[in-house]
Amino acid sequence: MKGRPELYTSYAQDMAFLNTRPKRTWTGALVVVALLVPFAITDDLLMLLATGFVAAIGAIGLNIVTGYAGQVSLGHAFFLAIGAYTGAALSGDPDGRVLGFGVTSLPVWLLASGLVAGLAGLVVAPIAARLRGLYLAIVTLGLVFLGEHVFREWTSLTGGPGVGRPAAVPELFGVRLDRPSEFFSGPQQLYLLMFVLLVIFAVLARNLVRSRIGRAFAAVRDRDLAAAVIGVDLTRYKALAFAVSSFYAGVAGSLLFVVNGFFDPGSFGLLLSVQYIAMVLIGGAGTISGAIMGALFITLLPRITRELPTVLPFISADATGAVTVFQVEAVLYGLLIVVFLIVEPRGLFGIWVRVRNYWRTWPFSY
Amino acid sequence: MTEFLQSLIRGLGSGSIYALLALGFVIIYKSTRVISFAQPAFMLAGAVLVSYLAADIGFFAAVPVAAVLIAVLALGVERTVLRPMIGKPVFVVAIITIGVDVVVRVVTNAFIGLDVRQVGDPWGLSTVTLLGVEVQQRYLVMFGTTVAVVAVLFAFFRFSRVGLAMRAVAYDQEVALAQGISVGSVFALSWAIAGGLAALAGVFVATGAGVDQQLWVIALKALPAIILGGLDSLGGAVVGGLAVGVVESLVGTYQGDVAPWLGPNFALVAPYVLMLVVLLVRPYGLFGSKEVERL
Repeated sequence: MKGRPELYTSYAQDMAFLNTRPKRTWTGALVVVALLVPFAITDDLLMLLATGFVAAIGAIGLNIVTGYAGQVSLGHAFFLAIGAYTGAALSGDPDGRVLGFGVTSLPVWLLASGLVAGLAGLVVAPIAARLRGLYLAIVTLGLVFLGEHVFREWTSLTGGPGVGRPAAVPELFGVRLDRPSEFFSGPQQLYLLMFVLLVIFAVLARNLVRSRIGRAFAAVRDRDLAAAVIGVDLTRYKALAFAVSSFYAGVAGSLLFVVNGFFDPGSFGLLLSVQYIAMVLIGGAGTISGAIMGALFITLLPRITRELPTVLPFISADATGAVTVFQVEAVLYGLLIVVFLIVEPRGLFGIWVRVRNYWRTWPFSY
Repeated sequence: MTEFLQSLIRGLGSGSIYALLALGFVIIYKSTRVISFAQPAFMLAGAVLVSYLAADIGFFAAVPVAAVLIAVLALGVERTVLRPMIGKPVFVVAIITIGVDVVVRVVTNAFIGLDVRQVGDPWGLSTVTLLGVEVQQRYLVMFGTTVAVVAVLFAFFRFSRVGLAMRAVAYDQEVALAQGISVGSVFALSWAIAGGLAALAGVFVATGAGVDQQLWVIALKALPAIILGGLDSLGGAVVGGLAVGVVESLVGTYQGDVAPWLGPNFALVAPYVLMLVVLLVRPYGLFGSKEVERL
């Protein structure tokens, strides 16, 4: 098959992890570039990218339930919050102002956050499995409001609104990753940590969706009644989708504020849920790479709009001018979503597919 | 008893705001099958517009003018942003309406500034004694106006040709098209009606308290209301809106004594608990039509 890379002779070959040669080459190249990046750019950009990688883990999780299983959830912020507080409480200072158990080992609290959030997802799933479409979307939105209320009132855990608490402690084998070590600075270590975690969780998700379970998800998404007829247990797979998605959300939530080191219960509102939905839709629903692209895009967007005053001098860089950078940022955010989805409803992944197909046959356009 | 009645009337007053907003959501949903998350922005814009117009032409002239202007704005949004998206997945469209909401809201906020703006309503916080119970006038006005608006709307859908066309589109778009109904103008009209209703609701929220940048949050309470009543039921929207208002008000009055462990401000999330409970029993809301499934 050497000369004919696109000839598939078996199903396993077609469903392989990276099924074409360009995919293998370019994914490898991308990983190498991403590993070299921390030695080339400044620390604040690295922190932003690290946050973007964490957001990508969360977006992959939402994509599993929304993009693959077709159950639109606006409740992602709730599960992110559960993960964030589990991680922070487990690794927190036992003698501190807020609840803490002093288990600072990263793999332990990371898995625990995921599991607790996943369990919460399982609890919600029986209600969610009964509902469809927009009903489901608004009920999961209700979850966010209820969660916000609980976290606002539970001050011994969350520190209360406007005060907040320290985030989880990233300690791996006794080494604090957020502090500079012999060879690397803190942001460089965090960047590498988040990147490695993103790769792990992206590979896991990719493997999940090309398995039997992933095919069941896709069947439920395309037409749940038809899926039930061919023997897919709807309640079970919808519950599974919610549990896996919440697990990812829990993992992402526990890492989300590690870079900043501090967070308060006001962070987990409707806006956060909408941002994750936007990541999935802008990236491209039902694709892992799309979720990663969307997450990086949404995370980097404020930074890009903040650079605008240097290009367009009529925009004031502080909060005093007639048109301030904050207003432009918010308006651009909204406008970009609108224009983007009107022009390309399949998102960044759709654009990528078009670019790829153009070059595949270049210079012939047919 | 007095406390109960006062709480009830307060609930009916704020409930009528939710009912107006919920009607807007349901009207848009019925004709286009999309939930418009842009309603909060239209509500805010309506209140702000009245706060500017009232100084020149008086409150009672400003309200209808603002409602019409916001209706035109909503119509414009539908024509430019939503029309190209017909036939696209509903959630993509819903996210677009969130984008519209952000843009309209940021622009409107620039006209509010940091201070609270007054809409210049004649009622303020003054009270009137009704059957021995002291109630705020504005709640009575809200409830009365909403009853009138709902009556007019229902008559419009029931008796006018345009209303008939809108019902036909809600029932089946292709068949309506085949009967010579312009489905596009029905879409535009439903956005306009929803915009006008949102503007009216915004004015009511602003009476007494004034307009600030956080006013739009109120509009989110219409979401449990529409789910409670059923997404495609106009009557359900009214009942759901009033129910949400009354539950919120009663919980706010009594929860501190009955169940203080739920924490202060539990009243704000009580509508969502009510929504979850109702959905456990009836997955399509109280009056929503059950989806017919075919392969």
